[in-house]
Amino acid sequence: MEFEPVIGLEIHAQLLTDAKIFCGCSAKFGAAPNTHTCPVCLGMPGVLPVLNRKVVEFMLRMALATNCRINPECSFARKNYFYPDLPKGYQISQYAAPPAEHGWVEVEIHGGKKRIGITRIHMEEDAGKLMHDERNPVSMVDLNRTGVPLIEIVSEPDIRSAEEAAAYLRRLHETLVYLGICDGNMEEGSFRCDANVSLRPRGTEPFGTRAELKNMNSFRNVQRALEYEIKRQQYVLEGGGEVVQETRLWDDTAGVTQSMRGKEEAHDYRYFPDPDLVPVVIDDAWIEEVRKTLPELPLEKRERFVRDYQLSAYDAGVLTTSRALADYYEEVVKLSGQPKIAANWVMGDILRFLNEDKKDIRECPIAPSSLAGMIRLIQEGAISGKMAKEVVEAMYKTGKTPQAIIEEQGLVQITDEEALAKTIAEVIGKNPVQVEQYRAGREKVFGFFVGQAMKATQGKANPQLINDLLKKMLAPDT
Amino acid sequence: MELNELTIHELLDRLRAGETSSAEITASVFGRIDAVEKEVHAYITLMRETALAEAEAADERIRKGEMGALTGIPIALKDIFCTKGVRTTCGSRILENFVPPYDATVVTKLRAAGAVFTGKTNMDEFAMGSSTENSFFGATRNPWDRDRIPGGSSGGSAAAVAADECIAALGSDTGGSIRQPAALCGVVGLKPTYGRISRFGLVAFASSLDQIGPFTKDVEDCAILMNVLAGYDPRESTSVPEEVPDYRRFLSQGIESWKVGIPKEYFIAGIDPEVEAAVRRAIRVVEGAGAKCIEVSLPHTEYCLAVYYIVAPAEASSNLARYDGVKYGFRSGEGRDLLEMYKKTRAAGFGAEVKRRIMIGTYALSSGYYDAYYKKASQVRGLIKRDFDEAFTKCDVILTPTTPTPAFRIGEKTDDPMQMYLSDILTISTNLAGIPGISVPCGFTAAGLPVGVQFLAGHFQEGRLLQFASAYEKHAQIEKRRPTL
Repeated sequence: MEFEPVIGLEIHAQLLTDAKIFCGCSAKFGAAPNTHTCPVCLGMPGVLPVLNRKVVEFMLRMALATNCRINPECSFARKNYFYPDLPKGYQISQYAAPPAEHGWVEVEIHGGKKRIGITRIHMEEDAGKLMHDERNPVSMVDLNRTGVPLIEIVSEPDIRSAEEAAAYLRRLHETLVYLGICDGNMEEGSFRCDANVSLRPRGTEPFGTRAELKNMNSFRNVQRALEYEIKRQQYVLEGGGEVVQETRLWDDTAGVTQSMRGKEEAHDYRYFPDPDLVPVVIDDAWIEEVRKTLPELPLEKRERFVRDYQLSAYDAGVLTTSRALADYYEEVVKLSGQPKIAANWVMGDILRFLNEDKKDIRECPIAPSSLAGMIRLIQEGAISGKMAKEVVEAMYKTGKTPQAIIEEQGLVQITDEEALAKTIAEVIGKNPVQVEQYRAGREKVFGFFVGQAMKATQGKANPQLINDLLKKMLAPDT
Repeated sequence: MELNELTIHELLDRLRAGETSSAEITASVFGRIDAVEKEVHAYITLMRETALAEAEAADERIRKGEMGALTGIPIALKDIFCTKGVRTTCGSRILENFVPPYDATVVTKLRAAGAVFTGKTNMDEFAMGSSTENSFFGATRNPWDRDRIPGGSSGGSAAAVAADECIAALGSDTGGSIRQPAALCGVVGLKPTYGRISRFGLVAFASSLDQIGPFTKDVEDCAILMNVLAGYDPRESTSVPEEVPDYRRFLSQGIESWKVGIPKEYFIAGIDPEVEAAVRRAIRVVEGAGAKCIEVSLPHTEYCLAVYYIVAPAEASSNLARYDGVKYGFRSGEGRDLLEMYKKTRAAGFGAEVKRRIMIGTYALSSGYYDAYYKKASQVRGLIKRDFDEAFTKCDVILTPTTPTPAFRIGEKTDDPMQMYLSDILTISTNLAGIPGISVPCGFTAAGLPVGVQFLAGHFQEGRLLQFASAYEKHAQIEKRRPTL
């Protein structure tokens, strides 16, 4: 029997608000343990939460970017469970009344497009972090992360392969980062993914029993874990067994998923409306205000790059992988007027330098204006393409303008026709045998003269000019 | 009369006139505490040293002419309000040594108004109880009869005011925890509208029902404290940005032609005849003052207790999850792993009633039971609220007994939770509806135990409620007695 996987993803994205969701503490990552805390996020007796409205705004950005319907009113609920990283003994989340529902995103898969539904997006608070002493039986709790805002994005079970899951995940990731609401760092946990996977005989409707996968902290791991889990369930079903409803952890080193807890041990979270918070009312005016702040999203940008700059879909894809890169590219285009040449330089040399140094485009020492200036110099014939390769490398290393580098290194292309004609006359004079051969019809010898002329000018001559002059001066009638 | 026996407004007059000092008043209060506290046990923690320093500072301000609304007045706080640097136990072993690093909003407000804090008063553990017997620190005794309970859960505050161990006190009321002990101790106790006074820093029992309010010796003092306590707090989401009137302005006005609703469901079988007689006298008093009494119906009254004992424990089971031995408070040293540490800490840290309610609440919220219990209770709660909304279209205030009986004997109901729960049957509906209610003394039983009458009004009608209560107080002329201690 052929089986079809049914996959749904749950994404948790940490929001980049300055303050936490229910108190004024900083939400920034990386501070000394327990320094970004106050009685509210420490869950002390008698304290009360007050919603940070910026969190609602960030949630709305994602909801609008993923075509969700915004509910006019939503409320918070308590998810009750005991764990030392959860100081109140409950997490404030949203349950029965989420703010955004019925959205979708489009992903490209095998050259085609597929729409993946989004069930809901809701807001909640993050928990703290436990640190275990490896030598002593001691665990410590860092509550800096407690109360950092998260949005949870739940997909419909529309995904049919590990590859589709990865494409969906990438789409959500780039959207969040584009919107400027999440830094998308999977290793630090600011972008987390859990997956629900089941199999059903192809062509049938009812879902099979699902397993929930956790602990996949990279795009690659999500894909690997899903591939493994699909095979595992297939093996179980083909052997006549039954898939057990359970939570499974991905083991990166072993490359397998392992059972963490079964259905019987599943928590009963005892959700109920949080009486300390009032319903959040989101009116049309607020939605429109947020809509106005939405940047162009990656897909729109990609399509525009293809349309306006005549780039290939591939090139447009590379240049829009981040908003900063796309902005950089567009700035170069604006200042140089050469979209295709700009694309070649940015995707070629610039990205290669950055990749070698593991740097982000925002850290690129070459200002867009410098790169555009260099492109203009090539266009004007002031430097050759070959020279430009050296110039751009020097620009990257020193951060200087192309003009400064050209002057320092004496790289100015010889465009003085009279001076060049003199040099070429000398070259012709020194090689009478080759002149004869050329005039006898051996066209190949022309290349020899170009090479000699370049050598004589130390590569500084404009190649086009050399060509023209040589042709003229080697003509039999002179 | 001793200074500690006077009211806030009497003492403010004397302070203003320079006839006494806060230091003298505070010394008088602590003198009384030294004399009677052994018998009453109203306090868990006394704040003698800071109180005397605060009194000195108050006198200094008075000398400079910087008199605030409560400058120099000794006030007691139920041990449920967080006080910076002063341990806040909530009557529980689990918080026996908890010292908050912050003040509750009401504490900040009282401090800013110049109050002197005498100490933290005894209470049923986490405000769960009607007798103050559920305190880890031992029961408080009713100043009128030390074999009897003072009511609860704010029994320490009520007893402290009744025994003149402070001038006024703060309590909290989730199902009657201010009004019931006020009635049983013969003092005035007000539970304001939900959202009127900030709950920030009030250790939570049932968040949608908890409300803070004053215990005072008369209605005027109650209005003085309300002027200080009421108002919006940006630190509390359920706090309401409703304007705060000057509550004293309502006091001198009459109640002529007011309509007073008498809900037939509140004069139930099981009500003590002496209590009923005292409340019937109160009805005649307000009629004598020009009000007109009419019968009203609150048809869902019989469900109040059931709804309350779903909603309150459900919220409590979640609110009390934070006492897990990890961050602060009591932790059992035993336990080989995390789960065992949790279990042993909570088993030893909480008393029987708290554990009972955590279990009820956990059950009511459990998967498969939520709809039948919590959700249903929330729906019925809506009906109870609507009963009041409808009743208040027909009347200005509602008059009922505060409690079905006078103070009962210590130990009388400790083995029968249901009997204990029934002592709040007349006060619980107010919290479910979120409306304000006040208990005012309306006489004594033959045995000399105080009886209270309860007045209720619509949301944010504290001004009208105080107007009615002060008119009643003036016309009733209840004999001034003091407990013999």
